[in-house]
Amino acid sequence: MKLNRRAFIGTGVAAAAALQAPMVWSQGRPRVVVVGGGAGGATVARYLAKDSQGQIDVTLVEPTRHYYTCFFSNLYIGGFRDIASIGHSYGKLAAEYGINVVHDWAVGVDRDAKTVTLAGGAVLPYDRLVLSPGIDFVDGSVPGWDVSAQNKMPHAYKAGSQSELLKAQIEAMPQGGRFAMIAPPNPYRCPPGPYERISMVAHLLTQVNPTAKILLVDPKEKFSKQALFEEGWARHYPGMIERIGPDFGGDKVEVRPDAMEVVIDGTVEKVDACNVIPGQKAGRICEMAGITEGNWAPVTGYTMQSRVDGNIYVLGDATAQGDMPKSGYSANSQAKVAAMAIRGELMGSSVFPAKYSNTCWSLIAPEDGVKVGAAYEPTDEKIASVSSFVSQTGEDAALRKQTYEESLGWYAGITTDMFG
Amino acid sequence: MIRSMLNLLLTGFLLGGTGAAQAELLGDAARGETLFRDCASCHQVGAGAKNRVGPQLNDIFGRKAASAGEDYRYSKGLTRMGADGLVWTFETLNAYIENPKALVSDTRMAYRGMKDETDRADLLAYLRGFSASPANIPESQPTARASEVELPPETLAIVGDKAYGEYLSSECLTCHQRSGANEGIPGVVGWPVEDFVIAMHAYKRQIRPHPVMQMMAGRLSDEEIAALAAYFAELE
Repeated sequence: MKLNRRAFIGTGVAAAAALQAPMVWSQGRPRVVVVGGGAGGATVARYLAKDSQGQIDVTLVEPTRHYYTCFFSNLYIGGFRDIASIGHSYGKLAAEYGINVVHDWAVGVDRDAKTVTLAGGAVLPYDRLVLSPGIDFVDGSVPGWDVSAQNKMPHAYKAGSQSELLKAQIEAMPQGGRFAMIAPPNPYRCPPGPYERISMVAHLLTQVNPTAKILLVDPKEKFSKQALFEEGWARHYPGMIERIGPDFGGDKVEVRPDAMEVVIDGTVEKVDACNVIPGQKAGRICEMAGITEGNWAPVTGYTMQSRVDGNIYVLGDATAQGDMPKSGYSANSQAKVAAMAIRGELMGSSVFPAKYSNTCWSLIAPEDGVKVGAAYEPTDEKIASVSSFVSQTGEDAALRKQTYEESLGWYAGITTDMFG
Repeated sequence: MIRSMLNLLLTGFLLGGTGAAQAELLGDAARGETLFRDCASCHQVGAGAKNRVGPQLNDIFGRKAASAGEDYRYSKGLTRMGADGLVWTFETLNAYIENPKALVSDTRMAYRGMKDETDRADLLAYLRGFSASPANIPESQPTARASEVELPPETLAIVGDKAYGEYLSSECLTCHQRSGANEGIPGVVGWPVEDFVIAMHAYKRQIRPHPVMQMMAGRLSDEEIAALAAYFAELE
């Protein structure tokens, strides 16, 4: 779709030049600034630009020029995708949708002046602000680990170089060596994500290091799609995966990145590669904007507006909204409701009742895909689940293969919906 | 012929065994044999039947869709539905024969559909004679279950609100691409309105298998389905 053909500043242009532009263009046009270019932010920016036919001035602030989706990054680790296939640029959003894409960090929000400050020093005024910053990690969540240790023990929970690093470390393990994952406490991004990752690491190891072992240290008693994963692990990777739940100290873990040691309830385990997925909170800009309660930013499910400031909308992982999981699909679904609500406020266009949905596909082994999903509607208190489904144990190979193929179709669909 | 005798026996058994309700929905197998002539140019049934232009139809009741054998090449859509769990029953065959493209959008079956309900019941009564026990005995559910997939005319007559359809469609576009791409997830762009409406109601009533679509369609009102149909029909 080519709705607006002006010579917009593209992604390759210096940020300083890009920042001057919106001030000139936006005379008379309402301004929306979107912080974060993932499943929530890219989608809301695209829908606002597309559906307002260029009548809303949309600026998208995203630090990376090349965005790697967290969804399907496990498939990269398993060897089912190459890294380039999960990378996306913002060229189309700039060139075909007229979105002003600014590659910089948002470092402050002045809610009274309605401005966003960027690390480069620019100040962006807004009529409505959308924050879709994803997650940051809770300090001290795993004793012994902080971001300075992320090269020795990668989190790989923001995709890209971290995913490449983790895969390289697993491939470099000695024959018969041991990989450990420290799984996160609830709530966190992508509930089945750690367990799909265990599956993909196991698949990779069966190819390159079949006598290796996997130690999964988990503070949670239960996890998403547990019966499906455990059935798949027993079938495809017998004897390879050991899970230590809270009943055996999985919630009392410390790591020593320099020594490559994991200490579980006082017992020291030597490991050859270690993936630490710490506890999580809303991306820091939410806290800086003063719209968080606890670790997350509460929103109303009718519109995705912050419960603290009605001029700010929050999307995706950063929100506290109710029953929806923190997933790319959820963020994309929420973005469409927010885009409609913002257009209604700024342009007077029709506003329809909010509807949300989510499906999370996971790959357990080659052509063995499973899914879980639900539909949601807002209430005064929260976004509430109204119906749901989950794959069943014992499904035949044809259905599992089809579920996997469907997930490939979904990936193509959602990334087109985000990036054009 | 032996075949006809068997059909008579079966029909008689059903009439005698289960009372009027079953008899009503089964139809007249002898008349169905005449109706089958339209199908016979592509489909074989009976002893020695083989997959030809269409798959052979022995044991079609209770058979998983798209499972007539490795030597038969099905459309993507029918293969998907088979994998999703579509099983041929009285209910699903009745819907398929009525309007093949409404149940399976990309079916290769070049047949416009049998609109008359009695004709379909008669044809299916004939075909049931070629399905092995227990699929063809009356007490075996769900093959002997009455079903109505036809929508009331007033439902089909709803004129969809395209603007609403455009908003609702954003939920579809997370998976179904605007370009109409048909890899892994089928394309939904440019469908005739009626086919779209019938397909969505078939998901809503859980006649079409697929948990995501059953969930999505399950919460759409008749007006919302019409709105989506109106919007997608005009996309190219």
